[in-house]
Amino acid sequence: MNDTARERILGRLRKAVGQERTLPAVPPPPETPPLSRDDKIERLNTLMTAMRSEVHLVPRDAWVEKLKAILQEKGLTQMIYAPGTPIGDAVAAAWSEGEGGLPALRPYEQAVESFKEELFAIDAGITGTAGAVAETGALILWPDETEPRLISLVPAVHIAVLDADRIYDTLDEAVEKGGWAEGMPTNALLVSGPSKTADIELVLAFGVHGPKALVVLVLT
Amino acid sequence: METKDTKRVEKPFDFKANVIKALGNRQLRSNLKFAMGSMTAKRKALFSDTAAFEALRARGNAIRRRALLQLPELLEQLERKCTENGITVHWAETTDAANEIVLGILRDHGATRVVKGKSMVSEEMHLNRFLGDHGIESLETDLGEFIIQLDGETPSHIIVPAIHKNKQEIARTFHEKLPDTPYTEVVEELNAIARKTLRKKFYEGEVGLSGVNMAVAETGTLCLVENEGNGRMCTTVPPVHIAVMGIEKVVEKLSDVPPLLRLLTGSATGQLVTTYVNMITSPRKPGEKDGPREVHLILLDNGRSTILPDEKLRQTLQCIRCGTCLNHCPVYTRIGGHAYGFVYPGPIGKILTPQMEGLDRTSAIPTASTLCNACEEVCPVQIPIPDLIRRLRNESYDPDGSVCGHGVKRNLAETAVWKAWALVNRHRALNAVGTRMAGIFGPMLPRIGPLAEWTRSRNRPEFARKSLHDMAREEGISDE
Ligand code: SF4
Repeated sequence: MNDTARERILGRLRKAVGQERTLPAVPPPPETPPLSRDDKIERLNTLMTAMRSEVHLVPRDAWVEKLKAILQEKGLTQMIYAPGTPIGDAVAAAWSEGEGGLPALRPYEQAVESFKEELFAIDAGITGTAGAVAETGALILWPDETEPRLISLVPAVHIAVLDADRIYDTLDEAVEKGGWAEGMPTNALLVSGPSKTADIELVLAFGVHGPKALVVLVLT
Repeated sequence: METKDTKRVEKPFDFKANVIKALGNRQLRSNLKFAMGSMTAKRKALFSDTAAFEALRARGNAIRRRALLQLPELLEQLERKCTENGITVHWAETTDAANEIVLGILRDHGATRVVKGKSMVSEEMHLNRFLGDHGIESLETDLGEFIIQLDGETPSHIIVPAIHKNKQEIARTFHEKLPDTPYTEVVEELNAIARKTLRKKFYEGEVGLSGVNMAVAETGTLCLVENEGNGRMCTTVPPVHIAVMGIEKVVEKLSDVPPLLRLLTGSATGQLVTTYVNMITSPRKPGEKDGPREVHLILLDNGRSTILPDEKLRQTLQCIRCGTCLNHCPVYTRIGGHAYGFVYPGPIGKILTPQMEGLDRTSAIPTASTLCNACEEVCPVQIPIPDLIRRLRNESYDPDGSVCGHGVKRNLAETAVWKAWALVNRHRALNAVGTRMAGIFGPMLPRIGPLAEWTRSRNRPEFARKSLHDMAREEGISDE
């Protein structure tokens, strides 16, 4: 039955548009002068901070120390990470059990079905990023087999680590230079801040269903 | 938690009565006035560079027109790509068929609980009511939708569905409908209550259901935008994800997404980008640890394919459902969304509803416009809404029209009056007599009947006793 619904819909559509069609050309994106690396970092920082993200610029070799300081200050109990990713492995290597005020590390290494209850009790998650977009201020997340999707969604605090060399000027550029059309992952994401809503009297409130806080470590 | 979705009583649609009721509701009017003012200001600030905005709009318009002109091929490509990626594609001609498909998937999984992200297509389907009738809990998880579902209402705005309510009303609803919930008017606390209630539901959800903001034929990717994270929850936590989408929402390429996204989020909420842009291309792949194991895409026609043939009316389908035409409409901002009586209110509703539901049921809706052109000026994909409204008004009188229910308003007396008018204006002698008669009998125009309706809020037309021609002649000016 479904097949005939398909045929009927497509039949009507074919008839509606006919054979002779002149397609309008899509004007190209505006030519904007490329931003310098510093300008991109600056713009991303400004926009994401305005969206209540906590952005920290840190030297490449000192980010784990910075991470520890942030976590100690926030007083979180457990942090989930993805073993086998550069970020996850770096964190695991630098953690020592019982180090003052740090959350316990929890690896995400099994399918969610056998892990859901624990996952929903964890209060922090750390992921890498596949870059960012300066123009609109958003991180690009590209979860895969090693980095599961829920790390950046379920815990109340999401920490994302971004390589400053991977900030694109625009999303158009990210799609084109990143070759997205050649292979999209199961779930690609743009994330611009902590979860928020304005559904009650347009009052902006943060931390509705997703993370209440988004910490971005930009490795310069 | 109780929801009243299933027990709604259908009353016949009486637009005028709805409007009078809405206009008398002071609370509603002040809620709307504040909210719409704030939303239009935010949008304006974001698109402050007019030249850049116009260039972006031109791109959006071309992308949408190209997509519609290739709609059958793009849908086939989308279906092929999705299938290759492991997404199951279903086609539904009617909302009933779409509902049955959803129910079939739920039955296959023995599921009784659905968590839903915001989707206007699911509103078209009256899906919650349908599932409720079949003993399935279908829970809205977008905060605004959650609020109105608790009250057994429907969205009054396509972006901010609970905008007609203020926090006192919401506080009362939460207090009365959610167990063990103290009364609070603090917005943060109300949000926290929703978070706590719904977290549990996401955790338990057997099937997640969402809409689609745009689908990319090139890669088979479904794009969803949102701020709350409930959409990501619905599409990531439960083992099954069902996406429902109108067939017009497909675009050619991934490179079409960035400009449309800018237009959509900028117009809808004045944001450069939403908190989340969620791009889904497949179910969980082998080796991946989370995400649904099954993803279904339901392509719903529901009258869209009958809008496509007419080159002018086709533009209705360019709509990306940003809702900004509602915010800028002098009629919507005074009566709100419920008065329109159907799923899509405001300017987009005025052109879409009659074409989907037939003019015979809805011909009053296109009359609710001042033709001020504000909607056309702000529409991110340049839909000439006022033009289409005029066209539909004509269709309601036209016995040879093409829109379903055309000619419904044609009435013999009115046709006769206009015929006479045309005749009088074509013949000089008749015209002279007519003008004189109007001058004499004009002041005696009845205060009842259709004219009374016209003059209730307007001055009655005053006819001059002498025509301009006569006066000119008396002054000795030649009219040659
Ligand atoms: S008609 Fe235009 S302004 Fe109105 S919702 Fe659709 S895209 Fe937005």
